[in-house]
Amino acid sequence: MRDTLLQGLRTPLTEPAPADDDPELAALAAAVSEATEHTLGRSLAIRHVDAGSCNGCELEIHALGNAFYDLERFGLRFVASPRHADALLVTGPVALNMREALRRTYDATPAPKWVIASGVCAAHGGVFAGSYAIAGGVASVIPVDLVIPGCPPSPAALLKGLLAVMRGAKPHRERR
Amino acid sequence: MRTGDLRARKLGFGDWERCAQRLAAGEATLVSLWGDAGGMRMALREPDGAISLVEASCEAGAFPSVAAWHPPASRLERAACDLFGFTALGAADDRRWLDHGCWSLRHPMGAASVREGPPDPYPFLEAEGPGLHQIPVGPVHAGIIEPGHFRFNAGGETVVRLEERLGYVHKGVEALMCGASLERAAVLAGRVSGDSTVAYAIAFARAVEAALGVEAPARAHALRGLMAELERIANHFGDVGAICNDAAFALMHAHCGVLRERTLRAAGSAFGHRLMMDAVVPGGVAVDLSPDGAQAIRSLVHNVRTTFPKLIKLYDNTASLQDRTVGTGVLKAELARWFGAGGVVGRASGRDVDARRDHPYPPYDAIAFRVPTRREGDVNARIWVRIDEVAESLDLIEAILARPPDGPISVALQAPSGGCEGLALVEAFRGDVFVHVRLAEGAVARCHLRDPSWFQWPLLEAAIEGNIVADFPLCNKSFNCSYSGCDL
Repeated sequence: MRDTLLQGLRTPLTEPAPADDDPELAALAAAVSEATEHTLGRSLAIRHVDAGSCNGCELEIHALGNAFYDLERFGLRFVASPRHADALLVTGPVALNMREALRRTYDATPAPKWVIASGVCAAHGGVFAGSYAIAGGVASVIPVDLVIPGCPPSPAALLKGLLAVMRGAKPHRERR
Repeated sequence: MRTGDLRARKLGFGDWERCAQRLAAGEATLVSLWGDAGGMRMALREPDGAISLVEASCEAGAFPSVAAWHPPASRLERAACDLFGFTALGAADDRRWLDHGCWSLRHPMGAASVREGPPDPYPFLEAEGPGLHQIPVGPVHAGIIEPGHFRFNAGGETVVRLEERLGYVHKGVEALMCGASLERAAVLAGRVSGDSTVAYAIAFARAVEAALGVEAPARAHALRGLMAELERIANHFGDVGAICNDAAFALMHAHCGVLRERTLRAAGSAFGHRLMMDAVVPGGVAVDLSPDGAQAIRSLVHNVRTTFPKLIKLYDNTASLQDRTVGTGVLKAELARWFGAGGVVGRASGRDVDARRDHPYPPYDAIAFRVPTRREGDVNARIWVRIDEVAESLDLIEAILARPPDGPISVALQAPSGGCEGLALVEAFRGDVFVHVRLAEGAVARCHLRDPSWFQWPLLEAAIEGNIVADFPLCNKSFNCSYSGCDL
């Protein structure tokens, strides 16, 4: 009986998976990807990291949540853990005492991920450039996709930057 | 507070220690403790309100520890030792404070040497007992706040011991100040703690003006007062809302957020920057107030007077909210006195102190105002001090706007031929900011900036004891100490 039941199944009958470069698959994927991005790609979970800011940027990032800017209406929201985040919003000239914590936060964020540097300090160290205690800009520690200038950037400028990332940026896969 | 012909009294180690003993005995209050070329300096507030400045030479690289007698000096002393390489003889806690082992230099402001070897270990203080467990939090926190590490020892839900470890946002501000022009140094001072940028800029400007023996014009003083009070109410709105939010009362947060935003917009239209950064400069102010700006501030005051009382009523009548804030995170009056805590934290625990009144400077020397205090020392008291201070600030703003002096907004500063020193004490929204500056050849030779939070952070460790871990955000927000201001 056992032999009968297994008869004919011992030899693999399963078709091989379509090759990655199968043209038909690629065409279908392209078609569905646009639709998916349009339908689902309208939110961005953001993890904020203060890597040595004077706290000025934080005040204006906070303001994004008030009734005037109300960032959640755009699908933008701040999350409590890098593991829940699509994007890191990093402030400060990266104090050396925060460099390791920033790296670990980046590593804990699942790919694909974006990094936004907020303010002139995060861009290149700002007024703190040249200090023994700073790394000098977020890009000197982790890859940066967008810099929002300002000291601090206004909530309106922050909002534009975050929307630009949500709408335009392409994921950077596995860049370390 | 300002002194034209300021000179620190040079003390031998014996007299230096006697100063520390006077602090411990409560005969004087510690204003600050910092390193300078060749020695340690200390500022004390005498019982008559005068600030005295003393100096101990550290030729052999060591000085008698102040913290050994007066523990509130401990973190300032550890920070100075990290930066200058001095040894505090007899100190009970000689762990590094600002130096986390990440810089390429040791003692960057003293006899700097290249760092070799791994960072020093940082053993946290222990708590022993059955069922105790540790909860490490930070430096990256869950909210949009500054980084710092909190090590909780808890028995079940109850905090047995909290130890803070700060220094993560140390940027080397005081080292950048050395040799900086007055213009650049003012910009740096305005970025010590972004939420207190006006207060720091005023404190730095007043210290420089004291050193040079010049007085800013009357109109500049009035505009500085206006900016300082706008900064105070903006922060108080933010804090009241955020404390309530940490007690899960989001409605209050939403409404306070609107008031804060309106304040920042009025400040932006009046002074060209929402936080008013770089608007105060040594010698006066950089931006004059236009009639439109004055009108924006008047509309703001009117709006706050209409809406804020309703929010206060909402706070006072919401039992579930009061349940979280009343009796939570009590800071005992004797601890606040011992640490010389200023600001909301000190005043909510019975300390009747305010630099605007106790070390009067324009425009406050000519306007009467009340300094609200409470005795309970809990989260609720700290909320009420903020609420009452908003009312005083609104009166101050209206008084200044009613009779703004005419005339120039700044005076030109003459670079001195030799060296000179000056100090200033200015009331920020957190408490008294102390700045000491030494000038040489028209540039800053050394500038020390002491945030009020130095004497408030350690008290948070005491206030949280016996409270549940879940109430920590509430307690922490009600203190709202600065990370960047202390880490520098």
